[in-house]
Amino acid sequence: MPMLEVTELGISFGGLRAVDELSMKIEQGGLVGLIGPNGAGKTTVFNMLTGVYRPTDGGIRLDGENLIGKKPNEICRMGVARTFQNIRLFPNLPVLDNVKTGLHNQITYSLFESLTHFGGYRKKERAMDERALDILKVFDLDGMASYQAANLPYGKQRKLEIARALATDPKLLLLDEPAAGMNPNETAELMETIQLVRKKFGVTILLIEHDMKLVSGICEYLYVLNFGRLLAEGTPGEVLKNPEVVTAYLGE
Amino acid sequence: MTFLNHLISGVSLGSIYAIIALGYTMVYGIAKMLNFAHGDVIMVGGYMCFCATAYLGWPAWMGVVLAVVVCTALGVVIERLAYKPLRMAPALAVLITAIGVSYFLQNAALLIWSSNPKSFTSIISGEPIPLFGGRLSISRITIVAVLACVVIMAALSLFTGKTKMGTAMRAVSEDKGAAQLMGINVNTTISVTFAIGSGLAAIAGVLLCSAYPTLMPTTGAMPGIKAFTAAVFGGIGSIPGAFLGGVLLGLIETFSKAYISTQLSDAIVFAVLIVVLLVKPDGLLGKHVSEKV
Repeated sequence: MPMLEVTELGISFGGLRAVDELSMKIEQGGLVGLIGPNGAGKTTVFNMLTGVYRPTDGGIRLDGENLIGKKPNEICRMGVARTFQNIRLFPNLPVLDNVKTGLHNQITYSLFESLTHFGGYRKKERAMDERALDILKVFDLDGMASYQAANLPYGKQRKLEIARALATDPKLLLLDEPAAGMNPNETAELMETIQLVRKKFGVTILLIEHDMKLVSGICEYLYVLNFGRLLAEGTPGEVLKNPEVVTAYLGE
Repeated sequence: MTFLNHLISGVSLGSIYAIIALGYTMVYGIAKMLNFAHGDVIMVGGYMCFCATAYLGWPAWMGVVLAVVVCTALGVVIERLAYKPLRMAPALAVLITAIGVSYFLQNAALLIWSSNPKSFTSIISGEPIPLFGGRLSISRITIVAVLACVVIMAALSLFTGKTKMGTAMRAVSEDKGAAQLMGINVNTTISVTFAIGSGLAAIAGVLLCSAYPTLMPTTGAMPGIKAFTAAVFGGIGSIPGAFLGGVLLGLIETFSKAYISTQLSDAIVFAVLIVVLLVKPDGLLGKHVSEKV
């Protein structure tokens, strides 16, 4: 059974059919890319997968469990985490606290415990800080834990978003254009980071990307969207040679 | 010595404003809305304590507990029924709804308790404590109000800064959508915010009525507006700002009553607010956010 199974997914906004009859299968441990020209509906797919939009048709299953109709915070608990195309960190929170928001559901204590400090409250808060620092260490951000997120350089903000998403302990990590706005060096570093994350956290990754070098460098399988419909799928080698894909990207 | 007496009553009044302002600023800071019904929750708190002690003969501390419990529940219910359905609506719609809730509470109180002022028995009994061999006196309620205010401010700062729920609150305040995608239940977080804000309003109500013992359905309205002014004065959304704004406002009001004019005191308070906002538009401790272009 695939980890993520999307069947004939579709969504309409009024008269606009943003995504239509999209089917995808992602196996456990896979690293899959979702590509397509601007406005093809890639981020809309992410929004449906995370419960921000409710699809008008089709099904989404994560390890056999239905995700449709669930709230974003419930889907997050079930193991889907994401980053955003335009960075959406909590800009005025310290770096450490950004990661701790992701840990919200990992470590629980009751309101009673937080008010009275009984029942291992301090231990749990400390455990949360340690866990958050461990995750930051993977991204080499632990030295900046007390900085305000807004004051980090752009590339590090992108990394922090991935760190925050990983703090929710996801099975499936959705990366929305992680290399957007990065220079070639930063992109190369990001590719290494993504590989590292996959190994270290054992997550399955689905990423949206425009940078073909990144996509063909790390993805094992690609889905190509155009005008909301699946144009092609296959290994990067197959897809990038597909004349329809070339036309969609470069024109006739 | 009269100066010191005014100073003491100014700090006392200011502490009560500060507690109300803390509630305003919590709700504004996290839910990003101005809850104009906050002042009327204060009034409900006052009536609850009054009913418990005057009608049921409960001891004062049980009256305070009842006020806090009822107001906390009231805050959560108001949020669920009146504000939650408008989460996606423009800010103006929520603002007008809040004014509606405010009138609703005032008129409900008018129906239940009539417009006759009730005389509230202070929750703290006992003679004022003399200082400097009786040349100066300090009422017990003043001490309680100041202590309550400092404790509440410290507790709120710790709560929002150090706990998991506090982190969730700050995350919701910055970006509701992203917070929800990190697994935070936005509705629960906002409910907790309202619960805390309204619980504080109840405490403020009891203290206010103990210090100024007439209780009417409109009792909460003016202190509510003053405390809102205090919150803006200190920088809305900032917890130390609400504290500072509240105390300063209480001092300005008391001193203008004492040295300038009783009738003009409110005008002076608001004039000071206008001047402060002209010089420092984000309030005394507000953070200036410059837009990136």
